[in-house]
Amino acid sequence: MSMTAEPIVEAVGLTVDFASAKGPIRAVSGVDLSLKPGETLALLGESGSGKSVSLRALMRLHPSSAKIGGSVRVDGRDVLAMSARELSAYRGKIVSMIFQDPGLAFDPVYRIGDQIAEAVMRHERVSRAEARKRALELFERVRIPSPERRLDNYPHEMSGGMRQRAMIALALACRPKVLLADEPTTALDATVQIQVLLLLRELQREFGLAIVFVTHDVGVAVEIADRIAVMYAGRIVESGPCADVIRNAAHPYTRGLLSSRSHGALGKDERLKAIPGSPPDLAAPPPGCAFGPRCESFAEVCGSAMPDNVVVSSSHIARCVRLAIRNSSQPGG
Amino acid sequence: MIIGAPPAPEDRDRGGPGTPLLDVRGLTKHFGGKGGLFGKAKSGVVRAVDGIDFSVAKGETLGIVGESGCGKSTTARLVMQIIRPDAGDILFDGEAVGSQALSLGDFRRQAQMVFQDSYASLNPRLTVEETVAFGPRVQGAKPAAALAKAHDLLHRVGLEPRRFAGRYPHEISGGQRQRVNIARALSLDPRLLILDEAVSALDKSVEAQVLNLLLDLKRDFGLTYMFITHDLNVVRFMSDRIMVMYLGKVAEFGPSEPIFEKPGHPYTAALLSSMPSMDPDHRTQEAPLTGDPPNPIDPPSGCRFHPRCKMVSTLCSQAEPRLSTMGEDHLAACHLADPQSGHPRLAAA
Ligand SMILES: Nc1ncnc2c1ncn2[C@@H]1O[C@H](COP(=O)(O)OP(=O)(O)OP(=O)(O)O)[C@@H](O)[C@H]1O
Ligand SMILES: Nc1ncnc2c1ncn2[C@@H]1O[C@H](COP(=O)(O)OP(=O)(O)OP(=O)(O)O)[C@@H](O)[C@H]1O
Ligand SMILES: [Mg+2]
Ligand SMILES: [Mg+2]
Repeated sequence: MSMTAEPIVEAVGLTVDFASAKGPIRAVSGVDLSLKPGETLALLGESGSGKSVSLRALMRLHPSSAKIGGSVRVDGRDVLAMSARELSAYRGKIVSMIFQDPGLAFDPVYRIGDQIAEAVMRHERVSRAEARKRALELFERVRIPSPERRLDNYPHEMSGGMRQRAMIALALACRPKVLLADEPTTALDATVQIQVLLLLRELQREFGLAIVFVTHDVGVAVEIADRIAVMYAGRIVESGPCADVIRNAAHPYTRGLLSSRSHGALGKDERLKAIPGSPPDLAAPPPGCAFGPRCESFAEVCGSAMPDNVVVSSSHIARCVRLAIRNSSQPGG
Repeated sequence: MIIGAPPAPEDRDRGGPGTPLLDVRGLTKHFGGKGGLFGKAKSGVVRAVDGIDFSVAKGETLGIVGESGCGKSTTARLVMQIIRPDAGDILFDGEAVGSQALSLGDFRRQAQMVFQDSYASLNPRLTVEETVAFGPRVQGAKPAAALAKAHDLLHRVGLEPRRFAGRYPHEISGGQRQRVNIARALSLDPRLLILDEAVSALDKSVEAQVLNLLLDLKRDFGLTYMFITHDLNVVRFMSDRIMVMYLGKVAEFGPSEPIFEKPGHPYTAALLSSMPSMDPDHRTQEAPLTGDPPNPIDPPSGCRFHPRCKMVSTLCSQAEPRLSTMGEDHLAACHLADPQSGHPRLAAA
């Protein structure tokens, strides 16, 4: 993709608040995302840091009790201003989502093939037969064995990994421009996983599909991503080109995450290294850097205000005060 | 000891240390066909689990890996008596489950499972603390004791009770739900815990915390695990022995290091070489294993892996390989592991 292409997804200052008995919970607090056609962003991060909530906000899938703030433009349109009708044309057609929980994507009482055909017919004026044919093609591409027969399966008749592949097929059914993939390969064995990753790379090249890919597996991120963003407590704390983030992680949380275990072979009978402490209470976040209380290089300045983004190198940024201090003491660096 | 006071292992250990905690022979489950759930006889029979034998020693962790759809979750559900096998025996500490010596209820108190689908397996109307305290309550624990134990377990899996105890399943993240499931399974002090993709939605730091907890419980209380996962690094770290399944059968079985160092089955080798690259400059360009994924309704003749195998010979499509010894306690169902099989590559070597 050319470097000058306009972003297809542009979220600025995205916030999501949930009501709770103890006051609002700010699950996402000011996320900026920008994605060009054909680009893949891998979203890594702590469990509970707001990855799924952010993706659902891009689809406007939250119940109305949740408050979404900031701005979200996708394919030139203001998503937060869309009417119900505009939304139903938008979901699945412009942007589609692979859910973390396959249970949420399929209705247990209908056959999977019919559900995919239904989705195609909702957005395109095609016959049922044609829609079924599309579903079959997709099943073949996501490497579901005996695809024809599997179209007739009910969700409970498939294994976890087959349901996950069926969900990928459903998400791709209407040839969306943006795919939001929430841990889409966790239920797949390594042999199928690599085939699905290669398929997504192919769709990117062929159709300029843009992908946000949530994963906990650094190896998967390396295989699929152009850029990596790391989330902690509702914010993106570091982002940059894939190789830069993996090799020169700048934020202490990212470094802790990458070293939590040697993402390669693990030594037997060792205890695994975990980041000490626990993530902050989103209903009462600490002042200053949210990672501060767990950070090994915590300094007084970290407790005063949430750090701004600091440039590490060209398009590699991280929210850490110590980087700013380091930068200012190295003129030109 | 923080987690309540589970009975000392000896009290419940009937068969003695030499008896495996779990002994499975000829386990078979076919889905569909005659009498299928929706009467679709035409759809053919899915041979989900097709005659497998294995045992799990007390205090051991058995890792189970294999291609998606090869029958791992079905095996787990059979062991848990959630579905009935078509054939086969399951002995728990030397006794048949459901026999006079070991009623289904007794067994259920000693075996727990964390299900692959974390959302579907939680009751949407129970809060997190109610979910974890439910089992002990049903078993007669006092409400305050059950709750205290639930809070302790939640804390141990990294969910601060102060913040999470009162939430409902839809109000927490995927990885948080998985940890609620783990806490619930531990709340009954099981002897056998089956974990089906139980840590797949956790970030690596929280995963490390949960795996450390499982190792502690194993060391302190002699827990026995069956650990199903697609994460090969995790399975290698956690398992004493590993069972590799392919299309309803055991392809390879043995201690974990030899399997990773010197896999005996070509499927295992393909699986290991499919692990993602960690080098952004050298991404994987071609899938190590291609060819049509197998069809469990009409499995290939002979060796079920032969249509996709790089080492295939005509023998492989004709005769089913038996499990042959590769090394101490290490078995592989491949003609190449059997010097007597007559596979042409053996003569060449
Ligand atoms: N409906 C809700 N009400 C209150 N809090 C919620 C709700 N939904 C999510 N949360 C909280 O918001 C935070 C972010 O959740 P989210 O599902 O986005 O996490 P995640 O980054 O996807 O984590 P994981 O990796 O575990 O899936 C979590 O702490 C979660 O408990
Ligand atoms: N209730 C059911 N009815 C019909 N077929 C079923 C049922 N449950 C499982 N199967 C089939 O049995 C086979 C084995 O499924 P199983 O869920 O055990 O696989 P698995 O090894 O756990 O796979 P995964 O890694 O994808 O979770 C699959 O072909 C699946 O479609
Ligand atoms: Mg999530
Ligand atoms: Mg499964």
